[in-house]
Amino acid sequence: MVPLEWYLILAAALFCAGLYGVLSRRNAVAILMGVELMLNAVNVNLVAFWRYTEPAAVTGQAFALFVYAVAAAEAAVGLALIIAIWRTRGTVTLEEIDLLKG
Amino acid sequence: MTTTLLNLAWLIPVFPFLAFVIVPLVTYRNRKLSHRLVVGAIAVAFLLGQIVFWTAVTAPEGVLPFESESIHWLSAGVERFKLAVYIDPATAIMLFMVPLVCMMIFIYSVGYMNFGTDQVDPRYSRFFAYLSLFATGMLGMIVFNNLLAFFIFWEIMGTCSYLLIGFWYEKKYPDPNKITPKEAGLKAFIVTKIGDLFFMLGLALLYAEVGSLAYGDIFSHETLEHLATTGFLGTQFPLAAAIALLLFGGTVGKSAQFPLHVWLPDAMEGPTPVSALTHAATMVSAGVFLVVRCFPLFAAVSEFTHIEPLHMTIVAGIGAFTAIFASIMAVAQDDIKGVLAYSTISQLGYMVAALGIGAYVAGAFHLITHAFFKALLFLSSGSVIHGMEHGHHHAHEHEHEEHEKEWFNPNDMKLMGGLAKRMPRTFWPFLLGGLALSGFPLFTAGFWSKDEILAQAYTASPVVFWVLTVAAGLTAFYTMRQLCLTFAGEPRTEAAKHAPESVPSMTVPLAILAVFAVTLGWAGIPDHFPVIGPMIPNWFEHFVGSTIEVGEHAAEHAMKVAGHLSEGGHETHSQLPLAMGLTAALGGLAVGWLVYGRKPLRAGQMDPVEAAMRKVWLGWLYDAMRNRFYFDELYQATFVRGSIWLADVFDAFDYGQPQKMEVEGQVVIVRKHGFVDGIVNGVGSIGRVFSDAASWLDVNIVDALVNLAGNAGKFASIGLDRFDFKIVDGAVNGVGAVTKAAGRPLRRIQGGLVQNYLLIAAIMVLGLVVTFFVIIFQMPQM
Repeated sequence: MVPLEWYLILAAALFCAGLYGVLSRRNAVAILMGVELMLNAVNVNLVAFWRYTEPAAVTGQAFALFVYAVAAAEAAVGLALIIAIWRTRGTVTLEEIDLLKG
Repeated sequence: MTTTLLNLAWLIPVFPFLAFVIVPLVTYRNRKLSHRLVVGAIAVAFLLGQIVFWTAVTAPEGVLPFESESIHWLSAGVERFKLAVYIDPATAIMLFMVPLVCMMIFIYSVGYMNFGTDQVDPRYSRFFAYLSLFATGMLGMIVFNNLLAFFIFWEIMGTCSYLLIGFWYEKKYPDPNKITPKEAGLKAFIVTKIGDLFFMLGLALLYAEVGSLAYGDIFSHETLEHLATTGFLGTQFPLAAAIALLLFGGTVGKSAQFPLHVWLPDAMEGPTPVSALTHAATMVSAGVFLVVRCFPLFAAVSEFTHIEPLHMTIVAGIGAFTAIFASIMAVAQDDIKGVLAYSTISQLGYMVAALGIGAYVAGAFHLITHAFFKALLFLSSGSVIHGMEHGHHHAHEHEHEEHEKEWFNPNDMKLMGGLAKRMPRTFWPFLLGGLALSGFPLFTAGFWSKDEILAQAYTASPVVFWVLTVAAGLTAFYTMRQLCLTFAGEPRTEAAKHAPESVPSMTVPLAILAVFAVTLGWAGIPDHFPVIGPMIPNWFEHFVGSTIEVGEHAAEHAMKVAGHLSEGGHETHSQLPLAMGLTAALGGLAVGWLVYGRKPLRAGQMDPVEAAMRKVWLGWLYDAMRNRFYFDELYQATFVRGSIWLADVFDAFDYGQPQKMEVEGQVVIVRKHGFVDGIVNGVGSIGRVFSDAASWLDVNIVDALVNLAGNAGKFASIGLDRFDFKIVDGAVNGVGAVTKAAGRPLRRIQGGLVQNYLLIAAIMVLGLVVTFFVIIFQMPQM
């Protein structure tokens, strides 16, 4: 059987890839994709820990499903926001969206 | 040996899948390599499919249904789903048909996407990748042993269908009412999802009751008996019938049965090979295959109880109605692919009706023969469309730009005519396919499968029989109409006059498919057919009918319950259905010839049927037929509008109704009085009242006090002025300067860029993690 650590390393790598995407991409849509990647890394962790520590319970899978649902909602809201921003400001490049500037 | 070869079946979907992965990732820049990979993968799948098919056919008694060793596939808690290869006769014949048709269509696609165009489609490689994924879906659905895998692959196909229908998503038509590929893809996806929802509910119900979705478990004798004798939710309605109806919901969506038929005609917006592949030959028949696959479940009620099998009546009714309904609409279509689309719906209705009356072998037979001749018809029509497009280009090459701008519909049969001479290698396969579709006697495959369905319908249900016979007559009629309009007579436009023949990579698959469209019927000549019947064994029925014994019994039983079997338990073989089938096919073709073939349509002439109907004040009926009996409009007005209305309600709930107001001579849209907005504004106005009161207090009382104090202070301050200027000001300025100095670096952090905030957050978290670890690792030393 594949040791647990491998899954954790995979999840960590996935998380880092997502984080890198979130921090480095300029396009808001790409950033959302990065966020999805990070959420999925969490899912890998949840399922891996479930499988290796408590396979009789379904908690890990159930939580992964919750994360999916939340991620779907997040993507929907995020895309709606991006569309709204696109309509008002004509851009989805985050560098040009700095209304919060202090 | 046999089992070793059958074990190969799991490899069949793997190769197209590999091609799907490799093409978009690695080879997408190289078009030739991409299509070669995809065609090569399906060729391997085809070879494997043939191996498995012939092994299954020659397998000794008792090997089928074959189930390979299973692998753990999915765990949920302590439940384990297992995946294995499952081969029974139905699988085997599908493995014969699907890879073969797919391969022909893939080869044709290479010609179709390259032929004559100056610039190759920019998404060329992607197109082939989608095709390959589609083949994966279809093949995977066939070979595996449980309904969950079936559902997953079924959905893969649905996704591919969406992607491929909308493949030319940037295409727009000058007529705003004409559906665009993008909309058509969306429509197909959403409409079929309605059916899939029922399918999924059926799966959930089945799983909740049986605890497994593997065919071996759910089709076992005990399970079926349990399902048939248990009531659904405590009612008399058998659970098996409820599950069967829910699963049938999936069929209604996927196989475009009434009332979810609306997506299929619009699916013709995709490239023609796609129409042939997914909306004629394979994907739509997946719905029928689902019923074939689950037939023991459908038949369980009549097998184990004496309850009237209501669900079977519903299935047969929907099938028969769809068959005649769609063939009526097909008569009034001018789009060459439109006619074929409606005929596909109609033929699928045939299959479903056959399944509904218990003739699942006949239904499966028609499924196979139909796949071949419908793929053939679609591919030939694609060749015709290509010819028309190039003819149009050629004819208008040297003319003014005005002609270029005018939109030309290469699908319109009214603009064709006389193409038999221009494109003979397209015409002959088309003719054979058309004859097979109309059930031309003896030498076409369509005749044998249709005859089989009619014969069984006659013994099972006279109503279904007559409806199907009329539909068969209409089918022959509109097929003849299509043949005459497209190929006979003189060219009606310049484009038709200049249409070139297509390249061999398109016409050779046509020829191969044409061979199957003719010969395949000989595998299923019924034993009771006069003269030939006893001579040639009905191989198909023996093979497919042999192993699903439950179904066999149930079909017989269903007929017995319905009182259509004679006392001895033997079917009475009347020759009436055969005679009626022959009359319908030949009569339809003959009438079609009289109307359209004898005096070919001239350019600009009205369709004779339309003219005749207008003469007797039935023009409205013809319009209704052409406009699909306004079902699209009905759904638009109810479901689509309904959803939009609901969205508007919520929107208004939030923001309020939009109102036009004039502000400084300009009309602006202002939205007021929304519920959520109202709450927000209400909270705001309460705050405002408070602040107004505070403001009043401030101005009238506090200010007065302050002024008073100020005046008092003023006098005092004169003396203190110096002190103030030097020390207090100094302190205040000092504080200000310190704050400003401290704020400067902090201001940079607050740059308004979300990503910077995130970066800071990430660094903080990292810092916390590091701190945490340091503390933990220092613990023992403490």
